[in-house]
Amino acid sequence: MALPGQGMRVGLFATCINDLMFPQTVRATVDLLRRLGCQVEFPPAQTCCGQMMTNTGYFKAALGSVRSFVKAFDKYDAVVAASGSCVASVRHQHTMLAGRVGSAKLEEQARRSAAKTYDITEFLVDVLGVVDVGAFFPHRVTYHPSCHSTRLALIGERPYQLLRAVAGIDLLDLPEAEQCCGFGGTFSVKNPDLSVALASAKAANVMATGAEYLVAPDNACLMNIGGILSRGRAGVKPIHLVEILAQTEVAAA
Amino acid sequence: MNPRIGPDQPAVPTGSAKPAPALPFPAAARRELANPQLRANLRKATSTIQAKRALRQAETPDWQELRSAAAAIKDRTLRHLDHYLLQAEAALIEAGAQVHWAATADEANAIVTTLVKRTGADEVVKVKSMATQEIDLNEALAKAGIAAWETDLAELIVQLGHDTPSHILVPAIHRNRAEVREIFLAEMRLNGAPAPPDLTNDPQELAAAARVHLREKFLRAKVGISGGNFLVAETGTLVIVESEGNGRMCLTLPQTLISVVGIEKLVPTFQDLEVFMRLLPRSSTGERMNPYTSMWTGVTPGDGPQEVHVVLIDAGRGKALAEPTARPMLRCIRCSACMNACPVYQKVGGHAYGSVYPGPIGIVLTPQLRGFGAAQTRSLPFACTLCAACADVCPVKIPLPDLIVHQRNKAARHKQREPRPHLETLAIAGAGWAFRRGWHLGLVGRLTSLAGRLAGSRTAIGPLPWPASAWTRARDLPVPARRTFRQWWKKQQS
Repeated sequence: MALPGQGMRVGLFATCINDLMFPQTVRATVDLLRRLGCQVEFPPAQTCCGQMMTNTGYFKAALGSVRSFVKAFDKYDAVVAASGSCVASVRHQHTMLAGRVGSAKLEEQARRSAAKTYDITEFLVDVLGVVDVGAFFPHRVTYHPSCHSTRLALIGERPYQLLRAVAGIDLLDLPEAEQCCGFGGTFSVKNPDLSVALASAKAANVMATGAEYLVAPDNACLMNIGGILSRGRAGVKPIHLVEILAQTEVAAA
Repeated sequence: MNPRIGPDQPAVPTGSAKPAPALPFPAAARRELANPQLRANLRKATSTIQAKRALRQAETPDWQELRSAAAAIKDRTLRHLDHYLLQAEAALIEAGAQVHWAATADEANAIVTTLVKRTGADEVVKVKSMATQEIDLNEALAKAGIAAWETDLAELIVQLGHDTPSHILVPAIHRNRAEVREIFLAEMRLNGAPAPPDLTNDPQELAAAARVHLREKFLRAKVGISGGNFLVAETGTLVIVESEGNGRMCLTLPQTLISVVGIEKLVPTFQDLEVFMRLLPRSSTGERMNPYTSMWTGVTPGDGPQEVHVVLIDAGRGKALAEPTARPMLRCIRCSACMNACPVYQKVGGHAYGSVYPGPIGIVLTPQLRGFGAAQTRSLPFACTLCAACADVCPVKIPLPDLIVHQRNKAARHKQREPRPHLETLAIAGAGWAFRRGWHLGLVGRLTSLAGRLAGSRTAIGPLPWPASAWTRARDLPVPARRTFRQWWKKQQS
């Protein structure tokens, strides 16, 4: 039987924060996509989605990111990233940036690249048509549906579908799950007191579930909530959704 | 006993006086975060209203179509605002109203003050109104020796409490009933009918005390002042949507009625109201229908106010209309659903924003109306995690996160023009360089991975000095990867 990703050439968008801080997430994405038959490539010309600059108001400084993105991924059928936030920025902000401070040509290129950029959960469920990826993760986990993934990239129920299909998993409901964790990019350092207040409320809800792992579709949120959990020695580990999906019984054994 | 004091000593409590120079948002937020009573009050109030709103949305099958229709009506009106404004003016005059145009807040205040003075009155009763709060009308009237009595229950609490509103719909959201009781006992007797000495914090008793206190003012007032939720261009009909009946009193009892209305409040036809009358109560209070809707078209001889004035104010709206990235904020119908949904607002309440408009709409509207000159207004667009919960609930589909990012762009450009370098502009310049080329980021990765290796067996970084303290004071930071993904991939390929 052919694998779902047989013959697909996927451009992997690592994202800057995952590249430098959480490479295990990107490696898990590679493992998972390869296991499903995809041919995965990492074009080294890529950098980042630029939203750190865009969302702090520096549109011109973000333009280099837009240029490097369209250049790096021009030749791929699909671009996949394990971050709803970065995917949403590519889809939603690149054309705006190109239109405001770039050129008409760049705007057109950005529109094309935006149309083929997917969050990993969308790529699995919509493009490859798989929900059960053959994962095994015999642990109690609770899921935080990151705001940008949910409300901007609109990945919807996909993470829950994927998690429910994981063998051995015990998925616990997170109270006030839709509430923002308070990361917000540069918000976390421009308004640190508020950011911490929000992250603490989220961490308290996470701890109330009794989960061993906090799972999310975006490492930025995990870094924020995880920072509170780690400082409090809470014993709850943050883990990216993809890292769970990449785990198999063979790997565990 | 008539508690009114002569023109030299305005009697109104200094309720809506602006607090001493507003702090930039981060500092103001820190101040508010320290108040546990406020946090508890806000949490209870916003979660209750949010749940009711969600229920109304869920039971309305055409909710998304209604939102699209509302956005389309507002956009069309704004596109042809010049036409509709003249149409409204003609219809108002035809119906016996007098129309006044004010380009600025000061002009509007001068017009209203003159109109009140002309009646010889030294006090007015007010329907809750965002427009008059925005232009500081009460303060302007007080300067002219005219007492402006707020008659909305929550506005009364705020005014008697020498306080400022902290929410556009429920201005006393930061107060609980025990606090309200204390305010009523201490202040009502100084400003009119006193509260009964045995007043408890039972909501019915509190409302009864307010009713007695306010009735005296309703029956005495010669002039009423209102805003307007909507102004129908084809008929010149003004609409006020409210819950307590105080509006009805103010709009019908006085001889003179003055309404201060933003030019963006227009809707073209009476039929267009239908869409908004369904969206507004459901989005604001979570009710299918608000208890009192008052509509009036000019003067009806022998019935209600015989002198009707409408002051149409620009006060920065024209400028917003001219900017494509600011224009959608003029769709706002002041329902407050965005602030109830906002995680930042829920934690700090309205006072942290130093503006009559707090929450998501406030952080785009306030700098738009006031400009980006002050550090305080520049800090407002950053009072947001861009979680987009507001955009999901906005009944007129204002793309709030996008507008917020555009306001940040204006704030950043302001900052870049300043002579002294900011840490932020330097950091952004560095990031801009790092992300311009793949190999630039590769170089940065070599440095971070070196730092990761130097950290040894450590997995998390604890408290660090400034500027890293902003993150690390209360949160650990993960140690950078010992080998970046880029390095790992390169090794795999070779």
